[in-house]
Amino acid sequence: MKTFIACAALAALQLFSPVAQAEAAKEQFFPLLVYRTGPYSPNGTPWANGKQDYIKLINARDGGINGVKLSYEECETGYATDKGVECYERLKGKGASLFDPQATGITFALTDKVPGDKIPLITLGYGLSASADGGVFAWNFPLMGSYWTAADVLIQHLGKKEGGLDKLKGKKIALVYHDSPFGKEPIPLLDERQKMHGFELIKIPVTAPGVEQKSAWLQVRQARPDYVLLWGWGVMNSTALKEAQATGYPREKMYGVWWSGAEPDVKDVGEGAKGYNALNLNTSGQSPKVIQDILKYVHGKGQGTGPRDEVGSVLYTRGLVIQALAVEAVRRAQERFGKGKVMTGEQVRWGLENLALDDKKLGSLGLTGVIRPISTSCTDHQGSTWVRVHTWDGKQWAFSSDWYQADEQILKPMVKAAADKYAGEKKITRRTPAECQS
Amino acid sequence: MFYRENGQFKTSYAADSQILPIRQDRIGMALLLGVAFVVVPLLSSEYLLRAILIPFLILSLAALGLNVLVGYCGQISLGSGAFMAVGAYVAYNCQARVEGMPLIVALLAGGLGATVLGVAFGLPSLRIKGLYLAVATLAAQFFVDWACLRLKWVTNDSTSGSVGIAHLDVAGFSVESPAARYLLCLGFVVVFALATKNLVRGHIGRSWMAMRDMDVAAAVIGIRPMQAKLSAFAVSSFIIGVAGALWGFVHLGSWEPAAFGINRSFDLLFMVIIGGLGSISGAFFGAAFIVVLPLVLDKLPYWTGLPMDTATASHLALMIFGALIVFFLIKEPHGLARLWATAKEKLRLWPFPH
Repeated sequence: MKTFIACAALAALQLFSPVAQAEAAKEQFFPLLVYRTGPYSPNGTPWANGKQDYIKLINARDGGINGVKLSYEECETGYATDKGVECYERLKGKGASLFDPQATGITFALTDKVPGDKIPLITLGYGLSASADGGVFAWNFPLMGSYWTAADVLIQHLGKKEGGLDKLKGKKIALVYHDSPFGKEPIPLLDERQKMHGFELIKIPVTAPGVEQKSAWLQVRQARPDYVLLWGWGVMNSTALKEAQATGYPREKMYGVWWSGAEPDVKDVGEGAKGYNALNLNTSGQSPKVIQDILKYVHGKGQGTGPRDEVGSVLYTRGLVIQALAVEAVRRAQERFGKGKVMTGEQVRWGLENLALDDKKLGSLGLTGVIRPISTSCTDHQGSTWVRVHTWDGKQWAFSSDWYQADEQILKPMVKAAADKYAGEKKITRRTPAECQS
Repeated sequence: MFYRENGQFKTSYAADSQILPIRQDRIGMALLLGVAFVVVPLLSSEYLLRAILIPFLILSLAALGLNVLVGYCGQISLGSGAFMAVGAYVAYNCQARVEGMPLIVALLAGGLGATVLGVAFGLPSLRIKGLYLAVATLAAQFFVDWACLRLKWVTNDSTSGSVGIAHLDVAGFSVESPAARYLLCLGFVVVFALATKNLVRGHIGRSWMAMRDMDVAAAVIGIRPMQAKLSAFAVSSFIIGVAGALWGFVHLGSWEPAAFGINRSFDLLFMVIIGGLGSISGAFFGAAFIVVLPLVLDKLPYWTGLPMDTATASHLALMIFGALIVFFLIKEPHGLARLWATAKEKLRLWPFPH
């Protein structure tokens, strides 16, 4: 009983003490919101490992960013919004450079809080599609793509397969999606494309977390669509592929978003997922230079966060890319606000808004071939929308298409309209060109 | 020695039937309210307010509502998450669709919306009891989950299914800072706790307790079962609906239906059971146990100094939490409120053993 009281008193003391800044404020602090438990952990864990390994690499190989070492702290969110908010509140006081919530639900909640707390959010390939408009969403950065660009590219690819977008008329495309903001995001764009090309869009929601899909795939079997777009995360993906196998739907006709096309989704199913296609924002494999460096400087010294054979997998590399872009944003901020100094959230935001990574720069980072050049601006917080399709052959992923870019003609007006609607609801004024210079 | 009623004589009926008849209790409560209203907002860090105290207050309000239904009226309900969701969405719709709606009115409207649903799903309680009623209220939970996802007008035609709140303000005073939000929640909790305490001390509360203890006997002596049960559902859902609206507006800011899922219902039921069925303070003890303890436990593995990854720490926290629930329920099956009441009884004799 006495030890219990002592522990409780200690806990209370901890909680009441004012949150201290990063000791000596000499290190650039990266809070890492991760989920290593729960139904989404098979996909969240390699992502988190990629982020952490890259931080360790920068410290070990480069000695930090211009001499400023990087520090980090992980916080377990379990993909739950309220835990994500709690982790955000806990870690933001430590001098957070930026946040990568790793979850669309948490992104929605944090989007309201970051303008007040002045910490940018990186939401690479997820989050609010409208946040590509930097005029309204000054603190959100959906780098390299959003769900609208993903849906757009998938329709372009299906059009190419059919021999032209006009050939999509009369075809049936089913969207099997996770019944959450993440899964529902692509629907406005698919509706728009449906009006343009005349295909039939069948929306089949799957209740989160997606372990129970028998009724959804029964609907697929009855509707007999020409293509199925899979918009799942975590265990929903592997369950969908198993159900597709059980109902006999050809996997070659299934196309997943970039969050539904990684090793954890297909490894269990193995040969049963052969022919399944998905988008991929980055390469995978252990040949890129940055992966080689990680194996040498981090895993070689026994400092690796996860297992060695996970290094180079699709989601691991994506997490690495997210962290690399974050580090480059800090480096860019240092160019303006002082080399060798620790950057604040506001300064990192400027860095994120002025990223200009061309082939040469990517080469110096070891990212040649992993991603394409990306450059952001005040109004464009996306930077690039290049993406390819890759296919599972039973044992590994292999790219099976050219590079696609989202069709700006369709996307720009939609993004602007959605951003304006958000600005109207939240009473935000669009940034002026003068504000963009600051 | 300190907690005796010596010398405290009541000279009026009003004095005799007050909520806190012992002077030491009144002083203690005044101190507690003073600390809660004045000291805590001044001294607390933003993290403490935003991540610990505000969720604790809102969930203790919800647990209070559930205690009315489960503890005082004896009707098991597994649908409290659904009532919180209805409260939040109705309040959101009032605020989004009606220009210039005051915040307090929107929150109370959320409570009224939850009341309507609560009474509707409470109708089965007139025919079924116990575990069967729990299943009926579970149906409410899944029905509301479905409705929030599928019915577009619930989310004001939001394409993503996620809704968010604009700027909060009460009668011109902005409620954006953590201290202001904390005071808003504390105000609601104090008002509702006082109202509920008076309700359960009155004839309505006695009719609820009669239905809980032996409903046939209660019906025999003239307590109308329909009125008693449905009023319990109505009051309980109103409080839980307001708590849900506060949860969405003040704590989350932007939410999706998953925020009010089945886990929330279970959490509230556990709060009420561990805190103490049929007591107002039990709601607060239970909420403190379920909200604050996991946050402390999350940090505990790191204090041991051993290097540990977040997954292991998270699993350890869950295991310790479960073990503590089992321990407390074995020690005192009637909940933490009974432990507190026993402690006060012993304080009356202290320092004498008997």
